[in-house]
Amino acid sequence: MANLTSDNLCMTFTNPQTGAAVEALKDVNFTLKKGEILSVLGPSGCGKTTLLNIIAGFINPTSGKIALGDNEITGPGVERGMVFQQGALFEWLPVSKNVDFGLRMKKTPKKEAAAQVEKWLDTVGLQGFGDTPTYQLSGGMQQRVALARCLVNDPDVILMDEPLGALDALTREKMQSLVLDLWKETGKTIMIITHSVEEALLLGERLFVMAPRPGRLHKEYRLPFAEMGLTQSLRDVKKDPYFSEVREEILTMIWNMEEEIMGRV
Amino acid sequence: MSDFFHWLSVNRATIAAFLIILLLITFVFSIVIGRRLSAIRDKDEVFGDPERTKGGWYWAVCGVSALLLIWFYFSWGSARAYFPKSANELCQVAKLHDAVSPINAALPSGSRYFKSTTLVARNSEQLRALRAGFPVAAFSAAEGTEVESLFDELHGLIGIYSDPDKQDPESNSKLASLVDEINGLSGRLRDGHSGYEPAPEAASQSAWGLTHIEIPLLPETARGALFDKVANDAQGVAKNFLKARNAPPAAVDAIADIRARIDVLAAGAAPEGADEAALKDRNNFIKSLDRIFKRLDDGTIFPAAALDGVDDAMAGLQQATQSAKGFGLRFVESGFMPGGSIIKSRTQCTEQGSGRWLPKPTDVVAKFGLLANPDLEAGGGFKGTPLFWWKWLPIADVVGFFTPDWIADVIPGEFGRHGPDGNFEPNLKDRVLAFAQGDVPMGHVPMFAGHIWDSLFRVLVALALGILLGVPLGIFMGVSRFFKSFFDPLIELYRPVPPLAWAPLILTIFGIQDDGKIFLLFMVAFAIMVISARTGASGTQLSKIRASHSLGASTGQILRNVILPNAMPEILTGIRIAIGVCWGTLVAAEMLAGTTGVGFVENVARTVSDYELIWVTILIMGLLGLMFDLFMRWVIDKSIPWRGKG
Repeated sequence: MANLTSDNLCMTFTNPQTGAAVEALKDVNFTLKKGEILSVLGPSGCGKTTLLNIIAGFINPTSGKIALGDNEITGPGVERGMVFQQGALFEWLPVSKNVDFGLRMKKTPKKEAAAQVEKWLDTVGLQGFGDTPTYQLSGGMQQRVALARCLVNDPDVILMDEPLGALDALTREKMQSLVLDLWKETGKTIMIITHSVEEALLLGERLFVMAPRPGRLHKEYRLPFAEMGLTQSLRDVKKDPYFSEVREEILTMIWNMEEEIMGRV
Repeated sequence: MSDFFHWLSVNRATIAAFLIILLLITFVFSIVIGRRLSAIRDKDEVFGDPERTKGGWYWAVCGVSALLLIWFYFSWGSARAYFPKSANELCQVAKLHDAVSPINAALPSGSRYFKSTTLVARNSEQLRALRAGFPVAAFSAAEGTEVESLFDELHGLIGIYSDPDKQDPESNSKLASLVDEINGLSGRLRDGHSGYEPAPEAASQSAWGLTHIEIPLLPETARGALFDKVANDAQGVAKNFLKARNAPPAAVDAIADIRARIDVLAAGAAPEGADEAALKDRNNFIKSLDRIFKRLDDGTIFPAAALDGVDDAMAGLQQATQSAKGFGLRFVESGFMPGGSIIKSRTQCTEQGSGRWLPKPTDVVAKFGLLANPDLEAGGGFKGTPLFWWKWLPIADVVGFFTPDWIADVIPGEFGRHGPDGNFEPNLKDRVLAFAQGDVPMGHVPMFAGHIWDSLFRVLVALALGILLGVPLGIFMGVSRFFKSFFDPLIELYRPVPPLAWAPLILTIFGIQDDGKIFLLFMVAFAIMVISARTGASGTQLSKIRASHSLGASTGQILRNVILPNAMPEILTGIRIAIGVCWGTLVAAEMLAGTTGVGFVENVARTVSDYELIWVTILIMGLLGLMFDLFMRWVIDKSIPWRGKG
């Protein structure tokens, strides 16, 4: 396990037809220490998904460097697990085969894999669902499978791209608790991209607010709520006056950014 | 067992009668049930709700029974079931029609114009045309004048024939006696059939439609016997009518005169200086003139008024025929034999119209039973091949088919030669060649055989090859720029060509047996499989690919574990389409060439106009196609249950 370091990261997309360049990311610098949980907020088009894709290794930055420990990231790897908004489960496989997908790719012995699957299904609260086809699961359960599938590979960093965006409010709150519990239990470095300010506050020990055009880190917060959430109920955490204060501040900040974009367009 | 089938076959009309009643009851009941259930369901579902199309087996029953009833009706199956003797009676009526047809052909009541009218019109027209095309250069001036007057005399001859006042008395009295004879026939028909007896030999005839003699020829009823006798005598009347000649004295003189003048013309020489072409024209002209004259000198033209009596008598005979048929037979003919009636050709009576080209359901079943009998000796199968059976297949044949002969060539050494003592000792190379050619006996395995199996085998082998080669290529085309762009032109160019357009070429190159057809079908299946696999592969969600990358899968693992299963719905749909298209192409290809297969059977049936066989093959093809589709639907439902739920 190691720190995730971003050094002057820039990403420019060029439209092949018009030649117009869009600076999706410009000079992004940060260090995410091992075991930290980070949430990233920002208006649409601020480059948060681009940043996540670069860290995951799906795309390569135009300039700058991003490294996990001493290893520069040049492509996807098992040490960086990924959870997608819609789960991206393999619907032709039952739950257990989805979860042990990474292990099967590594040709882990069957017995060991089965034990791992059982352990992680237990952790995410899906005991006994191993043989269920994934298309029969609810959205929340599908995300639990996606989490287990990611965790079974024992990654250093877990990257989540709006993982709870498609869930209803109640399920979402349960899943938020689950993420916090997993964070505490496993001690993984977690990076969550979200649209919801509340979720960002609840889950982010650190919180980046990004600004668009060019995409950049606008402001960083260090917040106590994730730690609080481990011991208190999330609803109590939300009642904290500081929580409301920060929430209002960030909402205003993003609101202004959106206004600025609208004005410019 | 065979006794039972024989019993079924002989009693097919009775069985049909029961079936039709059963079908009618089913038809009515399904409608009643359907209406009752719809009344309940329509309250729960608004119009347009897809639920409204679910279930509804009673309408399926209704549809099938309606279809079968229509089939029974239009194939005259219901006529045969309930009126088995009617065809025999109508056959006797047809005999009468056949006997008097020469008379009818010469009268307006049978063919719109008097035959005389047609002759007058045609001969006059030809005389006019010949006169207009008179080759002046080929005749001397004197001959020219002679020809002009000849034409006038010929026209005059037609006039003499057509003039009632000049008609010869003898022919007049002959026509009058003909009228009496015809009226006599009508009278006998009107007197009814009491006193007539069916022919004693008639009892031994087989029933309607049981043998290849479709309708028994000898009268089996008293009414039939009446028609039979009258028809017999009518033949004599018709003969007399054909013999009648109009020979007015004035015409006889004119004929002799014209004859002499044409002969003089023919004997004369062409004028001096006439070239070869003119000589030819002269000969042709005289020949044509002579031909028209010969059509006029036989006295077949009568004055129109002279034939009125015969025409009226024939109309009377027609009425008498209708009344002698009686209401029952008329009812059966018009109500149960739609689209035609029974006609008599030279030696037998046949059904005409839909009864001819639409075989009765029971006959189709009987024909199928005959074909399905695997015992070739007992007349089963078709052209020496059963419909669907099994046989012992020599393993050596299979080995020989798959082992290329050249493996013997690459073995070092020489092929053996016969020794000076006249013996041939095969060496290793010879033995390998014998093996590759399938000459080494290796025992037998049971294998399907027959026309249906041959067709199935071709489709299945071609489909398997198409899947094995097409799916991997399609998957690669779905994920690789090189594969897509490199192979796209090839596939997109040959795919739109209708498969049958390839058939002449492919069958010439690969032969008309299995190889050619399998290759043709392979081409069809291959294109479909490539395109469906490509669509499936390129439709993989990016997030799934990214997730598997993050889970540590290699390129090959992603292809096998993510892209292939993800493309499965499209691939299976592709297989379903490919089976259908292959099946259609195969049958057509078998019709083009070959010695086995369902299409071959139908092609032979076509050449001999065996409608029953044609329908049997059509039904086999339809049922097998349906079976394929149901099977694929079942496979799709079982193997990709997540479809539409992802």
